[in-house]
Amino acid sequence: MKELLEGSMIVAKAVKLCRPGVISAYPITPQTHIVEELAQMVADGHLDSQFVNVESEHSAASVVLGSEATGVRSYTATSSQGLLLMAEVIFNIAGMRLPIVLTDANRAVSAPINIWNDQQDTISLRDAGWIQLYAEDNQEALDFHILAYRLAEDKNIMLPVMVCMDGFILTHGIETVDMPTQEQVDKYLPPYKALYKLDVDNPQTLGPLADPDYYMEARYAIHETQKKALALIPKLTAEFAKVFGRTYNGLVEGYQIKDAERVIVAMGSVCGTIKDVIDELRKKGKKVGLLKITSFRPFPAQEIYEALKNVPKVAVLDRSVSLGSFAPLAAEIKASFFGKAKKPKMISSFVVGLGGRDITKDSIKEIYSALTKKEKACEFIDLKPELLKENYE
Amino acid sequence: MFGPLVSKPGSSRKNKTGSWRVEARPVFLHKNCIGCKMCISVCPEGCILGTEKNKLEVDLAFCKGCGMCAVICPKKDIEMVKEESTDKSKE
Repeated sequence: MKELLEGSMIVAKAVKLCRPGVISAYPITPQTHIVEELAQMVADGHLDSQFVNVESEHSAASVVLGSEATGVRSYTATSSQGLLLMAEVIFNIAGMRLPIVLTDANRAVSAPINIWNDQQDTISLRDAGWIQLYAEDNQEALDFHILAYRLAEDKNIMLPVMVCMDGFILTHGIETVDMPTQEQVDKYLPPYKALYKLDVDNPQTLGPLADPDYYMEARYAIHETQKKALALIPKLTAEFAKVFGRTYNGLVEGYQIKDAERVIVAMGSVCGTIKDVIDELRKKGKKVGLLKITSFRPFPAQEIYEALKNVPKVAVLDRSVSLGSFAPLAAEIKASFFGKAKKPKMISSFVVGLGGRDITKDSIKEIYSALTKKEKACEFIDLKPELLKENYE
Repeated sequence: MFGPLVSKPGSSRKNKTGSWRVEARPVFLHKNCIGCKMCISVCPEGCILGTEKNKLEVDLAFCKGCGMCAVICPKKDIEMVKEESTDKSKE
């Protein structure tokens, strides 16, 4: 059924449809509306879950780690500083192979304190072992939560999934979405059956110490499983299409890319703006396109290679930066072409929209036109030079 | 794929701890041993095996090299030897 709702409400409804047994979260802008709505559903008796109120994100993550370890489907959501406070537990959740789903309302990281959108928070935790899916719009955000539980709980995967959605732009944006029925979701997502769990009748230790004789294999197993997830995601999205009637690739999505001479690579809500710009430029006969990365972890290097190998000029947009190095997505896109015979002549890298600075259609056009010039490495777009003249001598 | 993930009861026998040993390992000289078994009683890993004097041995797959056995031995019949030692007489 079509519903017109705020992004956070859409996510809350999607989570409800997934029937989590335990929800624990600490409110933080711009994630608050999601967990507020879920708490309301539980309080009103519309959702049969235990909502555990906690004093911090570190505790929220620890609660869902514990509940998931007892074999109960669990959910949490956070943003920015909250995700960073969870960081220690985030690594543990993946290391203990607990298929939790977490929504991150992508927000900039302090300092300076900033509540607006960029993707520095989740990008900073890219190495934690979690699967990371980035949503372009609220329909994707909705669908990715259902997909995320199915993927996470697959007995060959058993890894947590982070559904990353741009703070405010998606969480507070009001959109019409096709809300699935409970029957559809139940058909796609069977009840969770843990392969291992904390159980007094069958005692075992989860997350024990692994000395140098054991540790490396545990980490290698996660790395290999991430690669397995690459193969599984398209299968699960194909099944998703049969039940819900919406088709996703799940790894990457090309838009007007077949004959494109200039392609932008990006993640998240900015892809919508880029598609609009492409439609405008195509009318003027410009051969431009977009490659949207949906799955950042696992990183679909082969799919990216196939999509871009014949494109002469590529621009990579990052809403985050590895300070002192390169932009994270750009570095990995470039790495995908290392040692390959076919590759773009130019891969320029742009850092855009940090801390909620709007990425306008003009910014996107500027990037397309920059592709006719020299290759750029980690070029910051829309900087204000006058603000860089501050002096404290 | 899963690596080592879950420990079940009884796993202290299965999970080897010998890699904790970094500096020295105990060598049982088997010269003056009186079979008092003080070494067995103080070993935190419980990895000293045997019943008769001059026949006690350490299981290096579990020994963490703490040296308690060498300290407690009233006959100084246990010696801590550097891990990298190649002295064949002390093996």
